[in-house]
Amino acid sequence: MSDKVKVTIDGIEVNVPADFTVLQAAQLAGVDIPTLCYHPDLRNTGNCRVCIVEIEGLPLFQPSCAFNVWDGMKVMTNTPELRKARKMIVELIISRHNTECLNCDSNKNCELQDLADKLNIQDVRFEIEPDFDHPIDNSLIVQRDPSKCVNCGRCIRMCNEIQTVNALDWAGRGYEKMAMTTMEVPLAETACISCGQCINVCPVGALVERDDTEIAWKYIEDPEIHTVVQTAPAIRAGIGEACGLEEGYLSAPKMFAAIKKLGFDKAMDTNFTADLTILEEGTEFLTRVTHAVKEGKEGIAFPMLTSCSPGWINFIETYYPDFLDNLSTCKSPQQMFGALAKTYYAEKAGIDPSKIRVISIMPCTAKKFECDRPEMNSSGYKDVDIVLTTREFAKMIKTANIDFDKLEEIKPDDPMGVSTGAADIFANTGGVMEAALRTVWEIITGDALTLELTPVRGLTGIKEAEVTIEKAAEGYEWLKGVTVKVAVVNSTGNARKLFDAIRAGEKSYHFVEVMCCPGGCIGGGGQAKPTSWEIKAKRAAAIYKEDENRELRKSHESPAVAQIYEEFLTKPNSHKAHELLHTHYKSKAHLIK
Amino acid sequence: MVKAKEKRIITGKFTPGSGIKAALAGKPEEVVQEVIDSGLRGKGGAGFPAGLKWRFAANEKSDMKTIICNADEGEPGTFKDKYLLDNHPMKVLEGMAIAGYAIGADKGIIYLRGEYAYMLPSLEKNIEDIKKNVFSKLKVGKKKFEFDIKVRLGAGAYVCGEEFALIESLNGNRGEPRNKPPFPIQKGYLEKPTLVNNVETFATVSHIIEKGALWFGKFGTKSSKGTKLFSISGDVKYPGVYEFELGVKLRDVLELVGAENTKSVQVGGFSGINVTESSFDKTLAHGDLPAGGSIIVFNKDRDMLKVLKNILEFFEEESCGQCTPCREGAYQLLKGIKMIEKGEKSIRYYKDLCDLCATMKDSAKCGLGLSIPSPFLSITNNFKDEILYR
Repeated sequence: MSDKVKVTIDGIEVNVPADFTVLQAAQLAGVDIPTLCYHPDLRNTGNCRVCIVEIEGLPLFQPSCAFNVWDGMKVMTNTPELRKARKMIVELIISRHNTECLNCDSNKNCELQDLADKLNIQDVRFEIEPDFDHPIDNSLIVQRDPSKCVNCGRCIRMCNEIQTVNALDWAGRGYEKMAMTTMEVPLAETACISCGQCINVCPVGALVERDDTEIAWKYIEDPEIHTVVQTAPAIRAGIGEACGLEEGYLSAPKMFAAIKKLGFDKAMDTNFTADLTILEEGTEFLTRVTHAVKEGKEGIAFPMLTSCSPGWINFIETYYPDFLDNLSTCKSPQQMFGALAKTYYAEKAGIDPSKIRVISIMPCTAKKFECDRPEMNSSGYKDVDIVLTTREFAKMIKTANIDFDKLEEIKPDDPMGVSTGAADIFANTGGVMEAALRTVWEIITGDALTLELTPVRGLTGIKEAEVTIEKAAEGYEWLKGVTVKVAVVNSTGNARKLFDAIRAGEKSYHFVEVMCCPGGCIGGGGQAKPTSWEIKAKRAAAIYKEDENRELRKSHESPAVAQIYEEFLTKPNSHKAHELLHTHYKSKAHLIK
Repeated sequence: MVKAKEKRIITGKFTPGSGIKAALAGKPEEVVQEVIDSGLRGKGGAGFPAGLKWRFAANEKSDMKTIICNADEGEPGTFKDKYLLDNHPMKVLEGMAIAGYAIGADKGIIYLRGEYAYMLPSLEKNIEDIKKNVFSKLKVGKKKFEFDIKVRLGAGAYVCGEEFALIESLNGNRGEPRNKPPFPIQKGYLEKPTLVNNVETFATVSHIIEKGALWFGKFGTKSSKGTKLFSISGDVKYPGVYEFELGVKLRDVLELVGAENTKSVQVGGFSGINVTESSFDKTLAHGDLPAGGSIIVFNKDRDMLKVLKNILEFFEEESCGQCTPCREGAYQLLKGIKMIEKGEKSIRYYKDLCDLCATMKDSAKCGLGLSIPSPFLSITNNFKDEILYR
């Protein structure tokens, strides 16, 4: 709706679109209304009643997050009655909350603490009775502590409405109504894909990821152990923010310095294997196309689907097992790195691989699940030993008294540290597609591609593009005139929409990139809290800037990639590459029966 | 058994088909106007002018509209809709068809309280009969008149009597109220315009359309027209369903039903208010005592703290639990009363509970949470000595 209406908030007049909520209008007017169950990325239910306001002419207080403006509306946000009611409501919420803040994961990053502070709550008039009856659920990567839950329902809305995973749901009624896992079973028995999006929207510390920082410290302290750290593309646009710097703060060199300063032996980069993924996945794609188009073979699965996002892998294994043949057999860059660190790097550096520990720093909680998969041991050892999220990495930096902003700028360690801009953009939705096209296009047409592929950029949920091959390079003449159709999708909810359409025969593509988390890895479940589309846009912009500033921006131009093929893997999709860098998938459909 | 005092409308005689025939003789907007002119207020408890609701619903443009008859009679001490559906089902069905014609809906759903499941066979037979014997013989212009009615059973949640919770339940979701606006007449059943009225409202409409707004307006008071069914229970000699003209004095009602040694009366059900002797000369009408239809009488032998505890236990369990004031508030009020019963809390704590009530009354999401403070405040005010200083 483009029509504008005039609204007065605490005497401040603003003109806002007619479909705005009172809260949005207040934000525009610069009036800060406290909220709790509200989240800018979610459907708003107006249930906690913290954001209530008084609207002239209405007998009752209304929740500003779920109440639309009208022309001439007069809103009061700070009357004595509202202050009293809000305080009462927050006291009621606290009366169900475990107030042991000092040993809480969300201490000092908690919306309930902020509320209590803002409303100057010095005394709770009711007995504090947290839910200790339901045990802490640590059956999976995402861990729930019911005693801290404030029943805002943000996790449920994220899980069911945005991600459409349906692992969380409401249980009970009345005072017994609580946010729970679906059917109140341990999370491991639900369809949870470990995406961690529920953690990102939890206003308190009721949902957290399994903390592996103690294991990381032990590796560092053990003189027998050689630690190799890899950092995902999205970390360089996330760790600064997690350390309290501005949103979209970008620094790969300081990130490497932080790793070294923490005492890890090697600071390498998942970006290296992101480039390698493009070569492996691009070759796989061309092979599939050759089989289908040139050789006319039947039964080649299209669209080919990306496989970098472990939450997406969990989702497709559970909800769309009929598409498993479409998945690229490429492991995710993190797992490729792990397998190579304990083979290629161990050999090169002359280190016993049994003494190597690979520590991944990922924007992602599902990566913790991925590295624990039993098949992820092609090096002969557990390829990746532990995964730390951006948040855990930031906690270690804090514990070690490191001022991230003041760190010196260093380069990553060889031989798995060098990378290109194509690897950076893996962090954003559309990035893997863009990186793949930069390389594949050049192979099949012989021409370099314009480096900013706008149709696959941006945070839109489902993006589509198609291009007809007018000019073909030598050996690819048979592709001339072929129109390649691609799609890019972020969030499993959007993936569901797209794959339902593909299943129904309404849509068809050659290649689809799927990222589990809204916005891609910059919006990953392990990134800094709080998060929103506004914040994600800043992180995404930082990533594109990093790519632009690079000399090398195409994966096949990476000297480190050339070196590993020459010294170790021979060529893309070689036998050795298949052994170390590719995997297989299996249906988990039983989880939803 | 109905024991009417003089005038009967809702429980009076009715010739099946007379209402809908009269409706079809006029334009839909004339039917809406007739209901507006009659001054009829919704009989579910809130007392919103029914005609106005119909006009809003009629003005909505949509390819589908639905009429819902709210038969989820869950208010403790209310059993008048049960009486109507048992004894005058045709009036209700016809009222729904009239509403359908008036607002442009060709489907109706009766949301029947789970405990009334025994009615299902007879109700479905009545629907079949009215379709065959009445509706099928009617025409709108040259077209055949069509109106389909289905019965859906509730599952026992009190909150599903709230119109949005009822609709959510029909939509296959948790039965929980929504924020308004949008109202059900804008986005209701299957997200399409939906008119929800109480059983008694539909039954009354059949008479209004048959005999006209002018006739109906002769009954009742200026702001509460017509008559109303009351479910009367508790410490009375003759409990049952009664039809009274609106504006009747509570004292006259109590006398008629054989209430003796009356200590207090819960008017309007658990969610209504508690009144004592000094209010018995008030009238049951809009703006005076709530005319929701439930009257529970307590005599001098009753312990009002136990009465209040019983009421709060009900609400604590029946709150849908989605909004903080209702979910936590009902629990804290009940807990507070239990502590006062044991002598564990002082009068200061009672003041905190009154502050809690003030918040609930202004901030809860739906009528359930908004009205829990009514019994709490009225009973504790009426019986301070008995409850607080025991």
